[in-house]
Amino acid sequence: MLKSFLLRRLQHTLLLLTLVSMGSFLLLELAPGDFLTETTLNPRISPQTLASLRDRFGLTKSLPERYFYWVRSAAQGEFGISFAYDMPVRALIWPRMLSTLLLTATSLGLAWMIALPLGVWAAARQGSWPDRLLVLSTSGFLSIPELVFACGILIIAAKTQWLRMGGLPLAVCVLTPVSLPLLLRHIRAGVLTASGATYVRAARAHGVSEMRLWFRHVLPAASHPLISLFGLSVAGLLSSSLLVEVVVGWPGLGPLFLEAVGARDFYVVTGVVSLSAIFLAAGTLLADMLLYFCDPRIRMN
Amino acid sequence: MLCVQKLRISYSDGKGNRTAVVRGIDLHIAAGEIVGILGESGSGKSTLALSILRLLPVSAAVEGSIRFQDENLMTLPAEALRRLRGDQIAFIFQDAGAALNPVIPVGRQVEEVIRAHRSWSHDRVREQAKKSLEQVGVDFSIGEAYPHQLSGGQLQRVQIAQALSCEPALIIADEPASGLDAPAQAGILEMIVRRTKAALLVITHQPSSLRVLSIGAAMLRGLPTRVLVMYAGQVVETGALDQLETSALHPYTQALLSCSKPCGRPGQRQKLPAIEGQPASFSRLSRGCAFEPRCSRRLPVCAEREPQSSHHAGEEIRCFLV
Amino acid sequence: MMTDRSTLVEVRSVTKSFTRGRWYSAQRVLALDSVTLSIHCGSTVALVGASGSGKSTLARCIAQMEKPDGGEIWFDGRNLTALAPSACRRFRTRIQLVPQNVAASLNPRWTAAQIVSEPLCVQRWGRANDRLRRSLELIESVGLDSSTLQQNSSHLSGGQRTRLALARALALEPRLLILDESLASLDLLLQAQIINLLIDLQARHSLAYLVIAHDMTLVAAMTDKVVELQQGKIVRQDVYTC
Repeated sequence: MLKSFLLRRLQHTLLLLTLVSMGSFLLLELAPGDFLTETTLNPRISPQTLASLRDRFGLTKSLPERYFYWVRSAAQGEFGISFAYDMPVRALIWPRMLSTLLLTATSLGLAWMIALPLGVWAAARQGSWPDRLLVLSTSGFLSIPELVFACGILIIAAKTQWLRMGGLPLAVCVLTPVSLPLLLRHIRAGVLTASGATYVRAARAHGVSEMRLWFRHVLPAASHPLISLFGLSVAGLLSSSLLVEVVVGWPGLGPLFLEAVGARDFYVVTGVVSLSAIFLAAGTLLADMLLYFCDPRIRMN
Repeated sequence: MLCVQKLRISYSDGKGNRTAVVRGIDLHIAAGEIVGILGESGSGKSTLALSILRLLPVSAAVEGSIRFQDENLMTLPAEALRRLRGDQIAFIFQDAGAALNPVIPVGRQVEEVIRAHRSWSHDRVREQAKKSLEQVGVDFSIGEAYPHQLSGGQLQRVQIAQALSCEPALIIADEPASGLDAPAQAGILEMIVRRTKAALLVITHQPSSLRVLSIGAAMLRGLPTRVLVMYAGQVVETGALDQLETSALHPYTQALLSCSKPCGRPGQRQKLPAIEGQPASFSRLSRGCAFEPRCSRRLPVCAEREPQSSHHAGEEIRCFLV
Repeated sequence: MMTDRSTLVEVRSVTKSFTRGRWYSAQRVLALDSVTLSIHCGSTVALVGASGSGKSTLARCIAQMEKPDGGEIWFDGRNLTALAPSACRRFRTRIQLVPQNVAASLNPRWTAAQIVSEPLCVQRWGRANDRLRRSLELIESVGLDSSTLQQNSSHLSGGQRTRLALARALALEPRLLILDESLASLDLLLQAQIINLLIDLQARHSLAYLVIAHDMTLVAAMTDKVVELQQGKIVRQDVYTC
């Protein structure tokens, strides 16, 4: 039962990866120019050198050929080579990915740790002034664009010298408040819906204590949408911070990706995109697995 | 045992407007008695039932007094109220499927009720849960199942097992088993009467379910079933069910009761004794009798002021006709 | 009661089964097992039986919303099961199905006029003016006030919405109305009102009804035939005539 489910998910993931990598190849092919276009403008580089470079990078080959080269290389764990850095993509991406993960996992964990108790607390006091204040401030935060917020924090950090530029605390300070309001809203709404269920009222009518009511009935019921949300945030671990990294100068995948897209560094772009797709698949799989263990209705059907 | 006096419940819509949905109700239930509240949806009968255990949302304002065995339920501290709920007064909800938690095995949910009121050992709680489930004709092995694996009738039985598990003195049932078909519904109601000696307050819109209860009550308890007929948040007539069936005085009661009896032979196309018009809406009540717009026997006075309740041959009635 | 005694619908040994489960663990479930049944013009047939006995499937087959696996369904002298789907569509207007909990099936943002005239619009019936006149006629025929025409359906009560749904079902002058527990969610008195209305409409338009109900107390007076289904088979047919 679980095995066939996992097997099916693995097939889906492979299909997704194939489609994403193909799409990424195709889109880059459609964009004008290639990695060496700018070099062509340099009069000091002879056409012979250019041709030999083209040949070395495999740019003279057809698109399907290049794609199959990439697939073979990916199967060996190299994911092609970077033209700009002249090294295997994996070796280039790996440390960058770790540093992105350090940033996103820290801020995500922090956001959940703040949002969960605060959201539940607000829902339990629905309509009171702290609750209203919270709802109001989350809408305020949601309406500020991510970049504007990041710049604001940067300015404050630069003026007060509290946080070092390019350091982890600064980046976390930007990224956590960006994801916090949405989480908070979802958690509050989820708990509110759950606490309005008939079986919660029934448990109350049976004389079940408030403590038990919350921990046995309301919170497990509220966890349902929150697990899906958690899966989505895991899926976004690589991609959610790209812009913020560029702004605050965090040496993660963001700056590398931006640079690679600008320079048409083919395999690097495809590598990063495929990696995000893997995270997406892993995040949804994680959510499904958690739901599977939490909800007997899914487990038995 | 239960004594509700001058109960008024109103909801606020958040803009300062208040709509009264229960407008001055007196209700007395003696130990072991069966009382039915009969009315259409929107007559305020469910609100009344929920208010007894203070289960209404905070937007509802309750005035009047609700006393249960010398305790004022309106001012009872939260912990004392919790200990009373489920132990002294049990509640049976309309939709058993919604009233049971979908992610907890049903047996565990019966145990939970017992554990909330008795500090017994694990084994003893299980023993009691088993007893209450078997009492309602559910095998204990079904206790391992989750609600979605059971049929509507089984779910309803589990809910009743929950209500009976602490041997309450009063059971309030809001449209019990109304989602089931007629024979299954009758079976469930009969079982409730048979399995407990507790007083019953049954809220329903179907006179037929009261009839089932009344037969059981007469047989097992030797007591007549009393009925309160509600319309637009007021009790328009009270009396024993048998008496109302033969000689109801209020036009609304008459129509309601005659509708539920099989009338006319098949193929005859005989019209039913229906009342025309829409049920009263709480936001548009006139100063007269709430039933006046639909009443076929209205008098000029009916539109002018509200009738007060009067006693008439053992019945209490709120109508100018008597 | 004057009724035209010719046969309107004839169901001849209709069989229908469904597949349950995924393709690797599929089970065939027989919903209808050679059911034979006839409905006369202007008469009422009540369909009773436990849930899962195939009542709704039979109703959906007659309403052309489901194709039977075997057997024939004749309507007004034509074999619907042999007709091409395009030809069948013409007969759909003649058979109207009023679903369960019909009061909740109306779009809450539409006015009564929009709801009633929708089938007319879909069938390109007349001009806008004619349609409005027809809607008014329909609304009055089900006992609603003409002022409800401009009201949003969300402002109407359950009973009024049921009447509105009946008006919509009657818009294209059907010969057969299938009521699939359509009144079950209404209170007793409202059900009685609607049944009285149905009796009136039947006499006026010589409509035939196929009523699915689990409580026969109320519909008993208007039925000419009671058919009981059990696990897809007809186990009882009582015909009452006067």
